[in-house]
Amino acid sequence: MFLIPNAVVRFFHRMASPPHFYAFTDKVMPWLIIIFVLLTGFGLYGGLYLAPADYQQGDSYRIIYIHVPSAWMSLFIYMVMAISGAIGLVWRIKLAEIVAISSAPIGASFTFIALFTGSLWGKPMWGTWWVWDARLTSELILLFLYLGVIGLYGAIDDKRVASKAVAILALVGVVNIPIIHYSVEWWNTLHQGPTVTKIDKPSIHVSMLFPLLLMALSFKFYYLIALIQRIRIELLQRERNAQWVKAKVLELR
Amino acid sequence: MALFYAFIAIIRRDLLLAVRRRSEIANPLLFFILVITLFPLGIGAQPHLLQAIAPGIIWVSALLAAMLSLDSLFRSDFDDGSLEQILLSPYPASVLVLAKIIAHWLVTGLPLLIVAPLLAVLLGMPTQSIGVLLLTLLLGTPVLSLIGAIGVSLTVGLRRGGMILSLLVLPLYVPVLIFAGNAVEMAGSGLPVDAQINILISILCLSVVLAPWPTAAALKMSVN
Repeated sequence: MFLIPNAVVRFFHRMASPPHFYAFTDKVMPWLIIIFVLLTGFGLYGGLYLAPADYQQGDSYRIIYIHVPSAWMSLFIYMVMAISGAIGLVWRIKLAEIVAISSAPIGASFTFIALFTGSLWGKPMWGTWWVWDARLTSELILLFLYLGVIGLYGAIDDKRVASKAVAILALVGVVNIPIIHYSVEWWNTLHQGPTVTKIDKPSIHVSMLFPLLLMALSFKFYYLIALIQRIRIELLQRERNAQWVKAKVLELR
Repeated sequence: MALFYAFIAIIRRDLLLAVRRRSEIANPLLFFILVITLFPLGIGAQPHLLQAIAPGIIWVSALLAAMLSLDSLFRSDFDDGSLEQILLSPYPASVLVLAKIIAHWLVTGLPLLIVAPLLAVLLGMPTQSIGVLLLTLLLGTPVLSLIGAIGVSLTVGLRRGGMILSLLVLPLYVPVLIFAGNAVEMAGSGLPVDAQINILISILCLSVVLAPWPTAAALKMSVN
Protein backbone atom coordinates (compact mmCIF):
# COMPACT_ATOMS: atom_id res chain seq x y z
CA MET A 1 0.00 0.00 0.00
CA PHE A 2 2.86 2.40 0.82
CA LEU A 3 4.42 1.92 -2.58
CA ILE A 4 1.31 2.86 -4.53
CA PRO A 5 0.63 6.59 -4.95
CA ASN A 6 -2.42 7.82 -3.14
CA ALA A 7 -4.13 9.05 -6.29
CA VAL A 8 -4.00 5.57 -7.81
CA VAL A 9 -5.50 4.01 -4.70
CA ARG A 10 -8.29 6.58 -4.73
CA PHE A 11 -8.91 5.89 -8.42
CA PHE A 12 -9.38 2.19 -7.79
CA HIS A 13 -11.61 2.80 -4.79
CA ARG A 14 -13.87 5.00 -6.87
CA MET A 15 -13.90 2.52 -9.75
CA ALA A 16 -15.19 -0.13 -7.38
CA SER A 17 -18.38 1.85 -6.90
CA PRO A 18 -20.90 1.17 -9.69
CA PRO A 19 -22.15 4.73 -10.42
CA HIS A 20 -18.62 6.05 -10.71
CA PHE A 21 -17.61 3.20 -12.96
CA TYR A 22 -20.65 3.78 -15.14
CA ALA A 23 -19.97 7.49 -15.53
CA PHE A 24 -16.25 6.98 -16.12
CA THR A 25 -16.73 4.34 -18.83
CA ASP A 26 -19.23 6.65 -20.53
CA LYS A 27 -16.42 9.11 -21.06
CA VAL A 28 -13.68 6.60 -21.95
CA MET A 29 -15.63 4.43 -24.36
CA PRO A 30 -15.38 6.61 -27.52
CA TRP A 31 -11.59 6.83 -27.12
CA LEU A 32 -11.26 3.09 -26.70
CA ILE A 33 -13.30 2.54 -29.86
CA ILE A 34 -11.16 5.02 -31.83
CA ILE A 35 -7.93 3.33 -30.71
CA PHE A 36 -9.36 -0.10 -31.50
CA VAL A 37 -10.45 0.90 -35.00
CA LEU A 38 -7.08 2.51 -35.76
CA LEU A 39 -5.09 -0.47 -34.48
CA THR A 40 -7.25 -2.97 -36.35
CA GLY A 41 -7.08 -0.90 -39.52
CA PHE A 42 -3.31 -0.60 -39.49
CA GLY A 43 -2.84 -4.18 -38.36
CA LEU A 44 -5.03 -5.66 -41.08
CA TYR A 45 -3.54 -3.37 -43.75
CA GLY A 46 -0.04 -4.35 -42.69
CA GLY A 47 -0.88 -8.01 -42.38
CA LEU A 48 -3.07 -8.58 -45.40
CA TYR A 49 -1.53 -6.10 -47.86
CA LEU A 50 1.97 -4.93 -46.91
CA ALA A 51 3.44 -8.14 -45.53
CA PRO A 52 4.90 -10.43 -48.21
CA ALA A 53 3.48 -13.86 -48.92
CA ASP A 54 5.18 -16.77 -47.22
CA TYR A 55 7.55 -18.70 -49.51
CA GLN A 56 6.13 -22.05 -48.44
CA GLN A 57 2.55 -21.38 -47.43
CA GLY A 58 1.68 -18.60 -49.84
CA ASP A 59 -1.10 -16.33 -48.73
CA SER A 60 -2.85 -18.77 -46.44
CA TYR A 61 -0.43 -18.02 -43.60
CA ARG A 62 -2.19 -14.66 -43.23
CA ILE A 63 -4.80 -16.26 -41.00
CA ILE A 64 -2.28 -15.93 -38.16
CA TYR A 65 -3.28 -12.27 -37.87
CA ILE A 66 -6.57 -13.48 -36.43
CA HIS A 67 -5.57 -16.90 -35.14
CA VAL A 68 -2.52 -16.12 -33.01
CA PRO A 69 -3.93 -13.02 -31.25
CA SER A 70 -7.13 -14.88 -30.37
CA ALA A 71 -5.15 -17.80 -28.99
CA TRP A 72 -3.15 -15.38 -26.85
CA MET A 73 -6.35 -13.66 -25.73
CA SER A 74 -7.95 -16.97 -24.77
CA LEU A 75 -5.21 -17.57 -22.17
CA PHE A 76 -4.93 -13.92 -21.12
CA ILE A 77 -8.67 -13.61 -20.47
CA TYR A 78 -8.68 -16.80 -18.42
CA MET A 79 -6.00 -15.34 -16.19
CA VAL A 80 -7.91 -12.06 -15.88
CA MET A 81 -11.02 -14.03 -14.99
CA ALA A 82 -9.26 -16.08 -12.33
CA ILE A 83 -7.41 -13.14 -10.78
CA SER A 84 -10.45 -10.88 -10.62
CA GLY A 85 -12.44 -13.83 -9.27
CA ALA A 86 -9.87 -14.22 -6.51
CA ILE A 87 -10.01 -10.49 -5.75
CA GLY A 88 -13.78 -10.75 -5.56
CA LEU A 89 -13.56 -13.73 -3.20
CA VAL A 90 -11.00 -12.19 -0.87
CA TRP A 91 -12.03 -8.52 -0.72
CA ARG A 92 -15.70 -8.96 -1.66
CA ILE A 93 -15.45 -6.30 -4.36
CA LYS A 94 -18.62 -6.51 -6.40
CA LEU A 95 -17.03 -5.11 -9.53
CA ALA A 96 -14.26 -7.73 -9.50
CA GLU A 97 -16.89 -10.48 -9.43
CA ILE A 98 -18.62 -8.89 -12.38
CA VAL A 99 -15.34 -8.57 -14.30
CA ALA A 100 -14.74 -12.29 -13.76
CA ILE A 101 -18.10 -13.46 -15.05
CA SER A 102 -18.27 -10.91 -17.87
CA SER A 103 -14.89 -12.10 -19.15
CA ALA A 104 -16.02 -15.70 -19.56
CA PRO A 105 -18.17 -15.40 -22.72
CA ILE A 106 -15.55 -13.17 -24.39
CA GLY A 107 -12.79 -15.62 -23.54
CA ALA A 108 -14.88 -18.53 -24.79
CA SER A 109 -15.46 -16.71 -28.09
CA PHE A 110 -11.75 -16.03 -28.54
CA THR A 111 -10.98 -19.66 -27.78
CA PHE A 112 -13.55 -20.75 -30.32
CA ILE A 113 -12.16 -18.33 -32.92
CA ALA A 114 -8.64 -19.66 -32.31
CA LEU A 115 -9.82 -23.25 -32.77
CA PHE A 116 -11.95 -22.44 -35.79
CA THR A 117 -9.35 -20.40 -37.67
CA GLY A 118 -6.75 -23.01 -36.76
CA SER A 119 -8.74 -25.78 -38.37
CA LEU A 120 -9.40 -23.62 -41.44
CA TRP A 121 -5.64 -23.23 -41.79
CA GLY A 122 -5.00 -26.86 -40.97
CA LYS A 123 -7.10 -28.21 -43.85
CA PRO A 124 -4.91 -26.88 -46.68
CA MET A 125 -1.62 -27.05 -44.70
CA TRP A 126 -1.83 -30.29 -42.77
CA GLY A 127 -4.51 -31.87 -44.95
CA THR A 128 -6.87 -32.36 -42.01
CA TRP A 129 -9.30 -30.23 -40.03
CA TRP A 130 -8.25 -31.56 -36.68
CA VAL A 131 -5.24 -33.31 -35.11
CA TRP A 132 -5.09 -34.55 -31.52
CA ASP A 133 -2.01 -32.48 -31.01
CA ALA A 134 -0.81 -30.79 -27.83
CA ARG A 135 -1.83 -27.26 -28.65
CA LEU A 136 -5.18 -28.14 -30.14
CA THR A 137 -6.24 -30.41 -27.32
CA SER A 138 -5.25 -28.01 -24.56
CA GLU A 139 -7.09 -25.22 -26.32
CA LEU A 140 -10.19 -27.40 -26.60
CA ILE A 141 -10.01 -28.17 -22.87
CA LEU A 142 -9.73 -24.44 -22.24
CA LEU A 143 -12.96 -23.95 -24.19
CA PHE A 144 -14.64 -26.53 -21.95
CA LEU A 145 -13.35 -24.75 -18.84
CA TYR A 146 -14.89 -21.52 -20.10
CA LEU A 147 -18.17 -23.24 -20.90
CA GLY A 148 -18.19 -24.77 -17.42
CA VAL A 149 -17.82 -21.33 -15.89
CA ILE A 150 -20.64 -19.92 -18.04
CA GLY A 151 -22.86 -22.93 -17.36
CA LEU A 152 -22.31 -22.81 -13.61
CA TYR A 153 -23.09 -19.10 -13.49
CA GLY A 154 -26.29 -19.68 -15.42
CA ALA A 155 -27.36 -22.59 -13.23
CA ILE A 156 -27.28 -20.73 -9.91
CA ASP A 157 -30.14 -18.30 -9.43
CA ASP A 158 -28.67 -16.08 -6.73
CA LYS A 159 -26.09 -14.11 -8.68
CA ARG A 160 -23.94 -13.16 -5.67
CA VAL A 161 -23.57 -16.86 -4.82
CA ALA A 162 -23.05 -17.68 -8.49
CA SER A 163 -20.17 -15.21 -8.75
CA LYS A 164 -18.43 -16.85 -5.81
CA ALA A 165 -18.94 -20.31 -7.26
CA VAL A 166 -17.56 -19.17 -10.59
CA ALA A 167 -14.51 -17.62 -8.91
CA ILE A 168 -13.73 -20.88 -7.11
CA LEU A 169 -14.11 -22.86 -10.32
CA ALA A 170 -11.93 -20.45 -12.30
CA LEU A 171 -9.19 -20.67 -9.66
CA VAL A 172 -9.27 -24.46 -9.68
CA GLY A 173 -9.03 -24.33 -13.46
CA VAL A 174 -5.90 -22.18 -13.26
CA VAL A 175 -4.07 -24.93 -11.39
CA ASN A 176 -5.07 -27.20 -14.20
CA ILE A 177 -3.97 -25.05 -17.13
CA PRO A 178 -0.20 -25.66 -16.92
CA ILE A 179 -0.83 -29.31 -16.09
CA ILE A 180 -2.97 -29.73 -19.18
CA HIS A 181 -0.53 -27.85 -21.31
CA TYR A 182 2.60 -29.75 -20.36
CA SER A 183 1.01 -33.14 -19.95
CA VAL A 184 -0.51 -33.02 -23.38
CA GLU A 185 2.69 -31.75 -24.90
CA TRP A 186 4.57 -34.56 -23.26
CA TRP A 187 1.98 -37.08 -24.30
CA ASN A 188 2.23 -35.89 -27.86
CA THR A 189 5.98 -36.18 -28.17
CA LEU A 190 5.47 -39.91 -27.88
CA HIS A 191 3.44 -40.06 -31.06
CA GLN A 192 5.11 -37.17 -32.75
CA GLY A 193 3.87 -36.28 -36.19
CA PRO A 194 5.90 -34.28 -38.73
CA THR A 195 3.35 -31.45 -38.63
CA VAL A 196 4.12 -30.19 -35.16
CA THR A 197 7.68 -29.10 -35.79
CA LYS A 198 6.42 -26.56 -38.29
CA ILE A 199 4.70 -24.42 -35.68
CA ASP A 200 7.45 -24.95 -33.14
CA LYS A 201 9.98 -22.67 -34.84
CA PRO A 202 8.16 -19.74 -36.32
CA SER A 203 11.14 -17.72 -37.52
CA ILE A 204 9.12 -14.73 -38.50
CA HIS A 205 10.22 -11.65 -40.42
CA VAL A 206 9.71 -8.15 -38.98
CA SER A 207 7.33 -7.14 -41.78
CA MET A 208 5.11 -10.03 -40.74
CA LEU A 209 5.68 -9.67 -37.00
CA PHE A 210 4.81 -5.99 -36.67
CA PRO A 211 1.22 -6.30 -37.96
CA LEU A 212 0.82 -9.35 -35.73
CA LEU A 213 1.73 -7.31 -32.67
CA LEU A 214 -0.62 -4.53 -33.78
CA MET A 215 -3.42 -7.07 -34.09
CA ALA A 216 -2.61 -8.50 -30.67
CA LEU A 217 -2.90 -5.01 -29.18
CA SER A 218 -6.11 -4.31 -31.06
CA PHE A 219 -7.60 -7.56 -29.71
CA LYS A 220 -6.74 -6.38 -26.20
CA PHE A 221 -8.68 -3.21 -26.84
CA TYR A 222 -11.57 -5.16 -28.29
CA TYR A 223 -11.64 -7.23 -25.11
CA LEU A 224 -11.65 -4.05 -23.01
CA ILE A 225 -14.54 -2.59 -25.01
CA ALA A 226 -16.60 -5.79 -24.91
CA LEU A 227 -15.81 -6.27 -21.23
CA ILE A 228 -16.88 -2.75 -20.30
CA GLN A 229 -20.14 -3.08 -22.23
CA ARG A 230 -20.92 -6.38 -20.51
CA ILE A 231 -20.05 -4.95 -17.11
CA ARG A 232 -22.34 -1.98 -17.67
CA ILE A 233 -25.28 -4.21 -18.57
CA GLU A 234 -24.59 -6.52 -15.64
CA LEU A 235 -24.35 -3.51 -13.30
CA LEU A 236 -27.68 -2.12 -14.50
CA GLN A 237 -29.31 -5.52 -13.98
CA ARG A 238 -27.89 -6.11 -10.55
CA GLU A 239 -28.44 -2.57 -9.28
CA ARG A 240 -31.84 -2.08 -10.86
CA ASN A 241 -33.30 -0.94 -7.54
CA ALA A 242 -30.53 1.57 -6.85
CA GLN A 243 -31.08 5.30 -7.03
CA TRP A 244 -28.40 5.99 -9.63
CA VAL A 245 -29.91 3.54 -12.12
CA LYS A 246 -33.28 5.22 -11.68
CA ALA A 247 -31.66 8.59 -12.36
CA LYS A 248 -29.95 7.18 -15.48
CA VAL A 249 -33.23 5.82 -16.82
CA LEU A 250 -35.02 9.14 -16.24
CA GLU A 251 -32.15 10.92 -17.95
CA LEU A 252 -32.54 8.77 -21.07
CA ARG A 253 -36.22 9.50 -21.46
CA MET B 1 -6.09 -35.26 18.80
CA ALA B 2 -9.76 -34.28 18.92
CA LEU B 3 -9.52 -33.40 15.24
CA PHE B 4 -8.17 -36.85 14.51
CA TYR B 5 -11.11 -38.45 16.31
CA ALA B 6 -13.55 -36.30 14.38
CA PHE B 7 -11.78 -37.31 11.16
CA ILE B 8 -12.05 -40.99 12.01
CA ALA B 9 -15.63 -40.61 13.21
CA ILE B 10 -16.72 -39.16 9.87
CA ILE B 11 -15.02 -41.93 7.91
CA ARG B 12 -16.64 -44.55 10.14
CA ARG B 13 -20.05 -42.94 9.85
CA ASP B 14 -19.90 -42.73 6.05
CA LEU B 15 -18.67 -46.31 5.72
CA LEU B 16 -21.46 -47.48 8.00
CA LEU B 17 -24.03 -45.58 5.96
CA ALA B 18 -22.63 -47.14 2.79
CA VAL B 19 -22.87 -50.64 4.24
CA ARG B 20 -26.48 -50.02 5.19
CA ARG B 21 -27.27 -48.79 1.67
CA ARG B 22 -25.38 -51.25 -0.45
CA SER B 23 -26.63 -49.94 -3.78
CA GLU B 24 -24.21 -47.06 -3.36
CA ILE B 25 -21.31 -49.48 -3.64
CA ALA B 26 -22.89 -51.63 -6.33
CA ASN B 27 -24.10 -48.94 -8.74
CA PRO B 28 -20.80 -47.39 -9.87
CA LEU B 29 -19.27 -50.85 -10.05
CA LEU B 30 -22.05 -52.24 -12.23
CA PHE B 31 -21.87 -49.16 -14.39
CA PHE B 32 -18.12 -49.65 -14.80
CA ILE B 33 -18.54 -53.28 -15.86
CA LEU B 34 -21.47 -52.52 -18.17
CA VAL B 35 -19.72 -49.71 -20.03
CA ILE B 36 -16.69 -51.92 -20.60
CA THR B 37 -18.83 -54.76 -21.95
CA LEU B 38 -20.49 -52.29 -24.34
CA PHE B 39 -17.20 -51.58 -26.13
CA PRO B 40 -16.60 -55.03 -27.62
CA LEU B 41 -20.25 -55.09 -28.69
CA GLY B 42 -20.04 -51.69 -30.32
CA ILE B 43 -16.61 -51.86 -31.90
CA GLY B 44 -16.61 -55.52 -32.83
CA ALA B 45 -14.72 -58.24 -31.09
CA GLN B 46 -11.41 -58.30 -32.96
CA PRO B 47 -8.90 -59.21 -30.22
CA HIS B 48 -6.15 -57.01 -31.69
CA LEU B 49 -8.26 -53.88 -31.71
CA LEU B 50 -9.59 -54.49 -28.20
CA GLN B 51 -6.14 -55.16 -26.85
CA ALA B 52 -4.87 -51.91 -28.33
CA ILE B 53 -7.60 -49.74 -26.84
CA ALA B 54 -8.10 -51.63 -23.56
CA PRO B 55 -6.21 -49.12 -21.35
CA GLY B 56 -8.24 -46.26 -22.76
CA ILE B 57 -11.53 -48.12 -22.38
CA ILE B 58 -10.87 -49.07 -18.78
CA TRP B 59 -9.73 -45.60 -17.81
CA VAL B 60 -12.55 -43.75 -19.55
CA SER B 61 -15.07 -46.10 -17.95
CA ALA B 62 -13.47 -45.57 -14.54
CA LEU B 63 -13.69 -41.82 -15.11
CA LEU B 64 -17.38 -41.98 -15.98
CA ALA B 65 -18.13 -44.31 -13.07
CA ALA B 66 -16.32 -41.97 -10.69
CA MET B 67 -18.24 -39.02 -12.06
CA LEU B 68 -21.63 -40.72 -11.73
CA SER B 69 -20.89 -41.74 -8.16
CA LEU B 70 -20.02 -38.17 -7.15
CA ASP B 71 -23.60 -37.15 -6.52
CA SER B 72 -23.80 -39.43 -3.48
CA LEU B 73 -20.81 -37.66 -1.89
CA PHE B 74 -22.73 -34.77 -0.32
CA ARG B 75 -26.31 -35.22 -1.55
CA SER B 76 -27.90 -37.06 1.39
CA ASP B 77 -25.96 -35.01 3.95
CA PHE B 78 -27.09 -31.85 2.22
CA ASP B 79 -30.71 -32.99 2.21
CA ASP B 80 -30.91 -34.02 5.86
CA GLY B 81 -28.83 -31.16 7.24
CA SER B 82 -25.85 -33.13 8.54
CA LEU B 83 -23.65 -31.23 6.12
CA GLU B 84 -24.48 -28.02 7.98
CA GLN B 85 -23.59 -29.72 11.25
CA ILE B 86 -20.23 -30.76 9.81
CA LEU B 87 -19.51 -27.24 8.61
CA LEU B 88 -20.62 -25.69 11.91
CA SER B 89 -18.37 -27.95 13.98
CA PRO B 90 -15.32 -26.32 15.61
CA TYR B 91 -12.91 -28.32 13.44
CA PRO B 92 -11.57 -27.03 10.10
CA ALA B 93 -14.10 -27.91 7.45
CA SER B 94 -11.45 -28.85 4.89
CA VAL B 95 -10.15 -31.69 7.09
CA LEU B 96 -13.62 -33.09 7.69
CA VAL B 97 -14.37 -32.80 3.99
CA LEU B 98 -11.21 -34.78 3.29
CA ALA B 99 -12.53 -37.51 5.60
CA LYS B 100 -15.77 -37.63 3.63
CA ILE B 101 -13.85 -37.85 0.36
CA ILE B 102 -11.68 -40.69 1.67
CA ALA B 103 -14.75 -42.61 2.80
CA HIS B 104 -16.35 -41.99 -0.57
CA TRP B 105 -13.29 -43.29 -2.38
CA LEU B 106 -13.21 -46.41 -0.21
CA VAL B 107 -16.82 -47.07 -1.18
CA THR B 108 -16.81 -46.19 -4.88
CA GLY B 109 -13.18 -46.11 -6.03
CA LEU B 110 -11.65 -49.13 -4.37
CA PRO B 111 -14.18 -51.65 -5.78
CA LEU B 112 -13.17 -50.54 -9.28
CA LEU B 113 -9.62 -51.63 -8.48
CA ILE B 114 -10.82 -55.06 -7.48
CA VAL B 115 -12.73 -55.80 -10.68
CA ALA B 116 -10.31 -54.02 -13.04
CA PRO B 117 -7.88 -56.98 -13.44
CA LEU B 118 -10.75 -59.23 -14.41
CA LEU B 119 -11.95 -56.78 -17.05
CA ALA B 120 -8.39 -56.28 -18.29
CA VAL B 121 -8.13 -60.02 -18.88
CA LEU B 122 -11.48 -60.02 -20.65
CA LEU B 123 -10.21 -57.34 -23.02
CA GLY B 124 -7.02 -59.33 -23.61
CA MET B 125 -4.56 -56.93 -22.07
CA PRO B 126 -0.96 -58.23 -21.79
CA THR B 127 -0.20 -59.49 -18.28
CA GLN B 128 2.72 -57.14 -17.67
CA SER B 129 0.50 -54.10 -18.04
CA ILE B 130 -2.20 -55.27 -15.62
CA GLY B 131 0.00 -54.44 -12.65
CA VAL B 132 0.63 -50.98 -14.01
CA LEU B 133 -3.10 -50.57 -14.68
CA LEU B 134 -3.83 -51.36 -11.02
CA LEU B 135 -1.13 -48.96 -9.87
CA THR B 136 -2.50 -46.14 -12.01
CA LEU B 137 -6.02 -46.84 -10.78
CA LEU B 138 -4.78 -46.85 -7.19
CA LEU B 139 -3.10 -43.47 -7.70
CA GLY B 140 -5.64 -41.99 -10.08
CA THR B 141 -9.08 -42.79 -8.67
CA PRO B 142 -8.47 -40.87 -5.39
CA VAL B 143 -7.62 -37.86 -7.55
CA LEU B 144 -10.92 -38.32 -9.38
CA SER B 145 -12.77 -38.29 -6.05
CA LEU B 146 -10.83 -35.27 -4.77
CA ILE B 147 -11.31 -33.17 -7.90
CA GLY B 148 -14.87 -34.34 -8.30
CA ALA B 149 -15.60 -33.19 -4.75
CA ILE B 150 -14.88 -29.62 -5.83
CA GLY B 151 -17.34 -29.87 -8.69
CA VAL B 152 -20.04 -31.55 -6.64
CA SER B 153 -19.68 -29.07 -3.79
CA LEU B 154 -20.32 -26.24 -6.26
CA THR B 155 -23.48 -27.87 -7.59
CA VAL B 156 -24.92 -29.66 -4.54
CA GLY B 157 -27.38 -26.83 -3.88
CA LEU B 158 -28.77 -26.96 -7.42
CA ARG B 159 -31.82 -28.96 -8.38
CA ARG B 160 -30.59 -29.65 -11.91
CA GLY B 161 -26.89 -30.01 -11.15
CA GLY B 162 -26.24 -33.33 -12.93
CA MET B 163 -25.48 -32.08 -16.42
CA ILE B 164 -23.47 -29.11 -15.25
CA LEU B 165 -21.37 -31.35 -13.00
CA SER B 166 -19.98 -33.28 -15.95
CA LEU B 167 -19.07 -30.03 -17.68
CA LEU B 168 -17.21 -28.84 -14.58
CA VAL B 169 -15.44 -32.04 -13.66
CA LEU B 170 -14.46 -33.82 -16.88
CA PRO B 171 -12.03 -31.15 -18.20
CA LEU B 172 -10.27 -31.28 -14.84
CA TYR B 173 -9.94 -35.07 -15.12
CA VAL B 174 -7.97 -34.84 -18.36
CA PRO B 175 -4.40 -34.86 -16.93
CA VAL B 176 -5.08 -37.99 -14.88
CA LEU B 177 -6.57 -39.71 -17.91
CA ILE B 178 -3.62 -38.80 -20.12
CA PHE B 179 -0.88 -39.94 -17.76
CA ALA B 180 -2.65 -43.06 -16.55
CA GLY B 181 -3.70 -44.19 -20.02
CA ASN B 182 -0.24 -43.50 -21.35
CA ALA B 183 1.46 -45.42 -18.54
CA VAL B 184 -0.64 -48.53 -19.17
CA GLU B 185 -0.02 -48.31 -22.90
CA MET B 186 3.74 -47.96 -22.44
CA ALA B 187 3.79 -50.89 -20.04
CA GLY B 188 2.03 -52.96 -22.67
CA SER B 189 4.90 -52.40 -25.08
CA GLY B 190 7.47 -53.11 -22.38
CA LEU B 191 8.74 -49.55 -21.87
CA PRO B 192 9.53 -48.01 -18.46
CA VAL B 193 6.68 -46.05 -16.88
CA ASP B 194 8.45 -44.39 -13.94
CA ALA B 195 7.89 -40.88 -15.27
CA GLN B 196 4.13 -41.26 -15.64
CA ILE B 197 3.81 -42.94 -12.24
CA ASN B 198 5.84 -40.19 -10.59
CA ILE B 199 3.65 -37.53 -12.17
CA LEU B 200 0.51 -39.36 -11.02
CA ILE B 201 1.92 -39.50 -7.50
CA SER B 202 2.63 -35.79 -7.55
CA ILE B 203 -0.86 -35.03 -8.89
CA LEU B 204 -2.28 -37.15 -6.05
CA CYS B 205 -0.17 -35.34 -3.42
CA LEU B 206 -1.14 -31.93 -4.79
CA SER B 207 -4.82 -32.72 -4.92
CA VAL B 208 -4.88 -34.22 -1.41
CA VAL B 209 -3.41 -30.97 -0.11
CA LEU B 210 -5.22 -28.48 -2.33
CA ALA B 211 -8.62 -29.93 -3.25
CA PRO B 212 -10.32 -30.06 0.21
CA TRP B 213 -9.79 -26.35 0.58
CA PRO B 214 -11.93 -25.07 -2.34
CA THR B 215 -14.36 -27.91 -1.63
CA ALA B 216 -14.95 -26.62 1.90
CA ALA B 217 -15.26 -23.04 0.65
CA ALA B 218 -17.75 -24.06 -2.02
CA LEU B 219 -19.78 -26.14 0.46
CA LYS B 220 -20.08 -23.19 2.81
CA MET B 221 -21.29 -21.16 -0.12
CA SER B 222 -23.78 -23.83 -1.23
CA VAL B 223 -25.23 -24.33 2.23
CA ASN B 224 -26.26 -20.78 3.04
